[in-house]
Amino acid sequence: MTRYVIVGNSAGGIGAAEAIREVDRESPVTIISEEEYLAYSRPLISEYLAGEKSLREMLYRDEGFYARRRIETRLGQRVQRVNPDGWLELASGERLEWDRLILATGGRPIVPPMAGRELKGVYTFTTLGDAQALARALVGSKRVVVVGGGLIGLSVTEALVKRGMRVHLVELKDRVLSLVLDEVASRLVEERLLQAGVDVLTGLSVEAVLPRASNPDQVGAVALSDGRELGCDLVVVAIGVAPRTELAMTAGLQVNRGIVVDRRMATSVPGIYACGDAAEAYDFLLDANRVVPIWPSAYLGGRVAGLNAAGRPREYPGGTSMNSLNYFGLCVASAGDLGTNGHAGLETITRGAERGRYRKVVLRDDRVVGFVMAGEVEPAGLLLGLMRDGVPVRGFEKALASEDFHLIALPASLRRERLNKLPAVGGNDLPW
Amino acid sequence: MRRIQAREEVCIGCRLCEVYCLVEHSRSRDIVKAYKRERAQAFSRVRVQEEGALSFALQCRHCEEPYCAYACLTGALQRDEETGQVRFDAERCMGCWTCILVCPYGVPERDPSGRRVAPRCDLCPEREVPVCVANCPNEALRLVEDAS
Repeated sequence: MTRYVIVGNSAGGIGAAEAIREVDRESPVTIISEEEYLAYSRPLISEYLAGEKSLREMLYRDEGFYARRRIETRLGQRVQRVNPDGWLELASGERLEWDRLILATGGRPIVPPMAGRELKGVYTFTTLGDAQALARALVGSKRVVVVGGGLIGLSVTEALVKRGMRVHLVELKDRVLSLVLDEVASRLVEERLLQAGVDVLTGLSVEAVLPRASNPDQVGAVALSDGRELGCDLVVVAIGVAPRTELAMTAGLQVNRGIVVDRRMATSVPGIYACGDAAEAYDFLLDANRVVPIWPSAYLGGRVAGLNAAGRPREYPGGTSMNSLNYFGLCVASAGDLGTNGHAGLETITRGAERGRYRKVVLRDDRVVGFVMAGEVEPAGLLLGLMRDGVPVRGFEKALASEDFHLIALPASLRRERLNKLPAVGGNDLPW
Repeated sequence: MRRIQAREEVCIGCRLCEVYCLVEHSRSRDIVKAYKRERAQAFSRVRVQEEGALSFALQCRHCEEPYCAYACLTGALQRDEETGQVRFDAERCMGCWTCILVCPYGVPERDPSGRRVAPRCDLCPEREVPVCVANCPNEALRLVEDAS
């Protein structure tokens, strides 16, 4: 018998729990989470805020999931510290022993040290709790300043617009989604934002949050870096998340920006694994470790951690920066090197932005290293597959940007391999 | 686990698989009604790709390690604990298209409403042999079993 304890009940934690149960159906598995809910889809909190989905409709697994797999849950409980010798202590003082521990502690929203950040009316947006608090605060509010034009900033902006708010979106860079899109695709998204009535303020930052004259505990305005003051009822800070590593530190694990893990998602202490937004795991494009805080990598890293913890050795194939989203009816997808960082030796193949559709494929040394698309998404999987496998594309590179790029456009040997190889029989290789 | 395998060397590009699949997954299961009245909801889950003389039919491969299900942001795609197939619950799909981003075969596509991903191959659960395989005139689609 092996006692498994998982800290964290989101993508990484569930990935680990499902994997453990594939291998070990008998041993006790416990999931501990600060949050009091069954696992839910974090990306859906914007639909919750918009009033389009209830918690029930956001559940990541059905309600019988934990019982069916005999997973014990400790919800609404916080882990105080982890002892590397096989036990941990809850905030209540209770001790739990483990033989294998998986840290899927996620990320914490970054709030810059600006004046006024403690005022009532300043929110972040990463958990259902955040969404619930913000939803309550919308009553009687009209104007909201969203700080940060990244993925979270845009998600919350869309929900706020649906709720009838006037949104001012403040982004430090000269365009929105600057980390996940190139200039052309960013402009297409900005057009949609402007059409939806969002006040897009790029090249600016919020220097301070200012109190309301009538109520000095409450937000009344923000001071922008150009000296302007912008009146508002609420501020949502959405400039990113930082790995939550404090528990790992109590156990003396090696922590860099995130918890350092090897290709088996094992930390520097035997028996302890880490995954998800808290971990610094392998990136196949970089061929090095880094924090990639995206849902798919969290689940897959959790799965690999779980398999290894349960005694089935598997290597994490690696993730890389990649996203597919839909903002105000425009779908955008990207992965890898977008050709926006001035890296040398890049070659790009583009298909124009006519009719709102745009695609750019970035090549280096004859291989796909990244792509951006807007208004379409269907060929993204083929491109990502070529990128992951490092396939030389000389000879068919034109097809990569063609409207009709399908498996059939690949060279015969590669096409037959993709077509004939039954996927991952025996479970020995993960897709990534 | 049952899987469907395409054989490009014998596919004649007739697209009968698409016709049978559409009808099988229509409400009426009547070819005329399915094509005339149900086109908004009924569509084929298998697609024939064609380039010159070359063609083959492709549908969800029900990968043993289904990255689409691993990557799904909402849990709309999950691997069935018992059958090992990738199951799709349209109600839970938010239309983020992450499954499209990660499928190395390029199989998933947006549904006609543009709000969700299209339903995928379910291997015709009510039939011994999926209709695309059963009705392929040249055995260009084959049903294979593997040990997993």
